[in-house]
Amino acid sequence: MTTLDEIAGHFGQYGGRFVPEALIGALEELDAARIKAQTDPTFIAELAALHRTYTGRPSALTEAKRFAEHAGGARILLKREDLNHTGSHKINNVLGQALLTKRMGKKRIIAETGAGQHGVASATAAALMGLECVVYMGEEDTRRQALNVARMKLLGAEVIPVTSGSRTLKDAINEAMRDWVTNVETTHYMLGTVAGPHPFPSMVRDFHKIIGEESREQVLALTGKLPTAVLACVGGGSNAIGIFHRFISDPEVRLIGLEAAGDGVETGRHAATITGGSPGVLHGNRTYVLQDENGQTIESHSISAGLDYPGVGPEHAYLHDIGRAEYRAITDAQAMHAFALLCKTEGIIPAIETAHALAGALQIGNELGPEAILLINLSGRGDKDVQTAAQYFGIPL
Amino acid sequence: MSTPLDDLFVKVRAENRAALIAYIPAGFPTIEGCKKVIQAFVEGGVDAIEIGFPYSDPVMDGPTIQAAADQSLSQGTNAADVFDALKVATDSGVPAVVMTYWNPIEKYGVEKFAQSIAANGGSGVITPDLTIEESAGWKSAVEKSEINPIYVVAPSTSAQRLPQVTSRCGGFVYAASLMGVTGTRSSVSSGAPDLVARIRETTDLPIGVGLGVSTREQAKGVAGYADGVIVGSAFIKAMQDATNEAEGLKSVRELAQQLSLGVREGR
Repeated sequence: MTTLDEIAGHFGQYGGRFVPEALIGALEELDAARIKAQTDPTFIAELAALHRTYTGRPSALTEAKRFAEHAGGARILLKREDLNHTGSHKINNVLGQALLTKRMGKKRIIAETGAGQHGVASATAAALMGLECVVYMGEEDTRRQALNVARMKLLGAEVIPVTSGSRTLKDAINEAMRDWVTNVETTHYMLGTVAGPHPFPSMVRDFHKIIGEESREQVLALTGKLPTAVLACVGGGSNAIGIFHRFISDPEVRLIGLEAAGDGVETGRHAATITGGSPGVLHGNRTYVLQDENGQTIESHSISAGLDYPGVGPEHAYLHDIGRAEYRAITDAQAMHAFALLCKTEGIIPAIETAHALAGALQIGNELGPEAILLINLSGRGDKDVQTAAQYFGIPL
Repeated sequence: MSTPLDDLFVKVRAENRAALIAYIPAGFPTIEGCKKVIQAFVEGGVDAIEIGFPYSDPVMDGPTIQAAADQSLSQGTNAADVFDALKVATDSGVPAVVMTYWNPIEKYGVEKFAQSIAANGGSGVITPDLTIEESAGWKSAVEKSEINPIYVVAPSTSAQRLPQVTSRCGGFVYAASLMGVTGTRSSVSSGAPDLVARIRETTDLPIGVGLGVSTREQAKGVAGYADGVIVGSAFIKAMQDATNEAEGLKSVRELAQQLSLGVREGR
């Protein structure tokens, strides 16, 4: 299904570029650089070496047998992106973009962050490659994720709390875009998800598709079969597209994205963009958006800062519309139940983002039973969420 | 067919001066207060008015216009209020356009939006985040409604791309004088004359310069090389800094008078 790939930056009616004219030159420069790098043996070798010696790839595949007892007996295979350096899949993308930044001769990177994982990853890559790093983070998120703020500062990054709008990820992106419009000659915008204007959705996916490539081989080696379904949480959708991409051309493999239902999609307090939104334009691309009847963005809600975003990557919007991927919504309560269960059955504390995928695995496993093999992207570790989880479960700190 | 905006530029060219174009978001400071600001613009002698469609995620705007948009949206400003404000401006005999990010147009309905602009006497729409690559539907809508599609070009717009953008424009070409967001600045970018000169090589359309103009001196400077001087944040600040609405309106009127002198002094 190679036709699924983008045509001039579009996935069906989604994607594209809706940005101030001032950014077009930088987007074209970036597109040219990433296309050139894709076939450049030096770039490929540099990135592969970083994956191996810095990130610790390939990441492990862990069978979760005790967790599986709660998932209808289905085989549960966890792709351990939480074991990557910096603790999530985000490192895959930032190392690629940092190498591109150097190739474009830029010395400064800016990034947005929600949970702080992409901010930490960006600060890490910047430290490694000697780049100046500024991270925009919603003020609300700096409070929810204070530990990651400290990590970014230790890594030498400047963290700017964003006080406009809902003070979360969407506003951090707005502020990063404003910085970029102003400083585009010297600065690369290290966007952290598969959203934004072309070429970001394609480029970020390409830096994450290694997750699916590795895990497809690992599942085949372990089980002799392809998985019945591949599951991942979806905020902007980078870890999901990363693990989905290699399986898109395996029509027998179900692809299931788990969005954040917050208090419940029916309450209006949620971040389930595909489940509860409609097509529109946000942050430079056409995609599903949580919006009102005037096209104003509606603030999203989720216990998980990393999923608390009212848009979604345009490729997910397309995969949804053509029926190649399914999207379900998981409430805060369902996610926290799965979070606690994985801690106690497998000795793994997942990120709360990731817990949404685990809750999906409990549902799908019970629907499909013991014959099913479920591959789940364990996209991040939960150290950053210990405070939130302790509060949620009433553990005194 | 020509729009009132087209006619305005014919007139100011004959008078060998630039036009003063003033911006205010619909619903700022209040839905009714906005109409009074429009009246103050007219009394102060502005040549054309831009009505902003306040938007939740204005990535081209600095803190002043962001705050104004937030204030407007918190009062529930919607598309009908934008068209009402547009009609207040056009009924007063001044050419007027709407400036809006793309999503509100898409949500309202592309053809219907263009029709509503025309139905309320509007001359066109400025679309700061609509790239020409995404503009096919908009192009046919504005042609059908006979309004001006006004695109923004930037100092970073390449020589190759510049004529592609300006050839899509009607009414005037909006030249963003610098790389950055809206807001008042102590000086207008020294790159602005160069950008205007580059645009002139690609089109005979009038050129309006925006971003950073707030004083009579700056207006005079820009009027030396551009056909239109666009002022937004300075008017909003005048309202924000005033202790009450009446005082704000007085400041707006006085600023408009000063700027309208400036656009006549440039050549």
